[in-house]
Amino acid sequence: MRHIVSLLMENEAGALSRVAGLFSARGYNIESLTVAPTEDPTLSRMTIVTSGSDDVIEQIIKQLNKLVDVVKVLDLNDGKFIERELMLVKVKATGTFREEMKRMCDIFRGRIIDVADGTFTIELTGSGHKLDAFIEGLDGAAILETVRTGASGIGRGDRILKV
Amino acid sequence: MAETTHPQQITGAEIVIRCLEQENVKFLFGYPGGAVLHIYDAIYKQGHFKHILVRHEQAAVHAADAFSRATGEVGVALVTSGPGATNAITGIATAYMDSIPLVVISGQVPVPAIGLDAFQEVDMVGVTRPCVKHNFLVKDVKDIATTLKKAFHIARTGRPGPVVVDIPKDITAHFADFVYPESVEMRSYNPVTKGHSGQIKKAVKLLLEAERPMVYTGGGLVLGDASESLVKLVRALGVPVTNTLMGLGGYPSTDEQFLGMLGMHGTYEANMAMQNCDVLLAVGARFDDRVIGNTDHFYSKDRTIIHVDIDPSSISKRVKVHVPIVGDVKSVLAEMNELVALEKPKPSPALKAWWEQIESWRSKLCLDYSNNNGLIKPQYVIEKLWEVTKGDAYVTSDVGQHQMWAAQYYKFDKPRRWINSGGLGTMGVGLPYAMGCQFADPTAQVACVTGEGSIQMNIQELSTCKQYSLPIKVILLNNRYLGMVRQWQEFFYENRYSESYMDSLPDFVKLAESYGHVGMQITKPEDVEGALKEAFDMKSRFVFMDFITDQKENVFPMIPNGKGLSEMILAEDL
Repeated sequence: MRHIVSLLMENEAGALSRVAGLFSARGYNIESLTVAPTEDPTLSRMTIVTSGSDDVIEQIIKQLNKLVDVVKVLDLNDGKFIERELMLVKVKATGTFREEMKRMCDIFRGRIIDVADGTFTIELTGSGHKLDAFIEGLDGAAILETVRTGASGIGRGDRILKV
Repeated sequence: MAETTHPQQITGAEIVIRCLEQENVKFLFGYPGGAVLHIYDAIYKQGHFKHILVRHEQAAVHAADAFSRATGEVGVALVTSGPGATNAITGIATAYMDSIPLVVISGQVPVPAIGLDAFQEVDMVGVTRPCVKHNFLVKDVKDIATTLKKAFHIARTGRPGPVVVDIPKDITAHFADFVYPESVEMRSYNPVTKGHSGQIKKAVKLLLEAERPMVYTGGGLVLGDASESLVKLVRALGVPVTNTLMGLGGYPSTDEQFLGMLGMHGTYEANMAMQNCDVLLAVGARFDDRVIGNTDHFYSKDRTIIHVDIDPSSISKRVKVHVPIVGDVKSVLAEMNELVALEKPKPSPALKAWWEQIESWRSKLCLDYSNNNGLIKPQYVIEKLWEVTKGDAYVTSDVGQHQMWAAQYYKFDKPRRWINSGGLGTMGVGLPYAMGCQFADPTAQVACVTGEGSIQMNIQELSTCKQYSLPIKVILLNNRYLGMVRQWQEFFYENRYSESYMDSLPDFVKLAESYGHVGMQITKPEDVEGALKEAFDMKSRFVFMDFITDQKENVFPMIPNGKGLSEMILAEDL
């Protein structure tokens, strides 16, 4: 099953490679991984999207907790949570495409953030599924370039991951 | 390049030395080189600990590792950058797999040169990441003391393990005040110590009500110094007990309740009892593939498993556990003992029947071997070694058949006496391990049981043994084969002995003598005991004993790879 694991770790050189190295050394899947400092600059927050059986997920959580730089780990799938991902898509915007791209963008509540002679760059946020649906909705030939951040997640209500 | 210094400031190199003094380090095993020259200069000027000069960095780490296994203290090694650092890797990985607390200090090229492919540069933090508990690169002289304090703390607490501290050369020349922190606060590292008392109660109840109870303990019990508590518990409950390869000595081997080692080359009775018990207490052990074999086969019988371990990730990793108890094994067993003492258990009829069953398995005498073809049987050498040393030696081994025979036939009654590489299975550890033990206990009998393949992997340490006059006894079981490889080739590759014959062996007697040691070659069974006595009577000499043994001898019982605990091949089956 797909799981989103959030963790807080010391914002130190090499901390990211310890996590990435753990996943490759033990053969765990990584669908996506995002990391950035938090409001406390000594801490980084990482979101890992992974998948595996319950036993594997249990081991992943335990092994992450074992890393000396990792302060806290939370499996977001243990409760209610929200996930968002940001995508930037550069599309062809010539002739009839130009209107259609604008329309698609509006339907998905995206924003055109760069306009050039033959292209639009669209910014879109949402769940992975929504971003997938947008890509599928576009004419494949119109897509020039996509870049996705991978999912970030946060617990609903009073589910808080903090030191 | 003049630096402004306060009179009380000292160099980074001197800070390293002062930290080791503060940690009460007695021996530093190492090998000098460019990046650690400042540190070696500071070593020259100090008088608090002894530096042991090995002949290869791998041996430095192994010796420090054995010193730790024998004493329980953190072992410390020092190597230079680049090749010195990479030579240390096998030693570090060996310690990591067996959870041995080490601090390995490696030199690094100067900070401004890092990343520029400088002479003798290697990314030590990157290279060691998968085989250390933690590692550090120190980039400021002011951080040396706190980093080393953390390194020792991390190495020895929780599930122990090796910690690497990589120190660039320029840092060791910079000046700073020396302040060694009293304690360590790390928000990200707080290992559990005390087990959950509700779980402990549940475990004791299960053990008291069990009809076919079994206790299985591993290296964690030895590392946690919980041997006494285990003996108390096992005796109070009247239950059978087995030790893993790493756990030998955790329970006295000569005791009636001990069923011998379990696992791939474990005894028939230990493996059968593991497979057929109804309540299993596992302490400081991790159900690994060489111990439990095929997990599906293990699951084919129902049993309730209680697992005590300090590392949560060891619980339910390979085998699903019913009552997990995360905590320090010594404190958990002490709590269990208190609860058991309140109950004053008496042996139930079911337990008596269970013991009858076990005795019937035991009566197979699975470790019997025939001793009548005029050749020296390796098992016989180990039995005589046990007699001659009165069961009280430190026995180190390398990896292979000789290791299994040492584990099966030397009856360890004390923890920290059996020193071998269980997890990584590193050939070449035996001699440096013996060095570490002899430094730890200079007057003790230390025997290195080895093979002619393994001993040649760190044979250069004969020179170190000469320099420090170490009275180690090498027990070489020389069968002119990589014996365990040959055994698998005989069983599973239709006798195709691919590259497992050891040709062009040196004359080990002359080799030993060339280093100033005593060399002996023993070819007849009737000479084994006398030669061992003669060797151990030479209390101040290093004696290299080359026993020419039966080439065809195999290790039994054996669970073939991928098979289950009760699917052993016994010597009598062939």
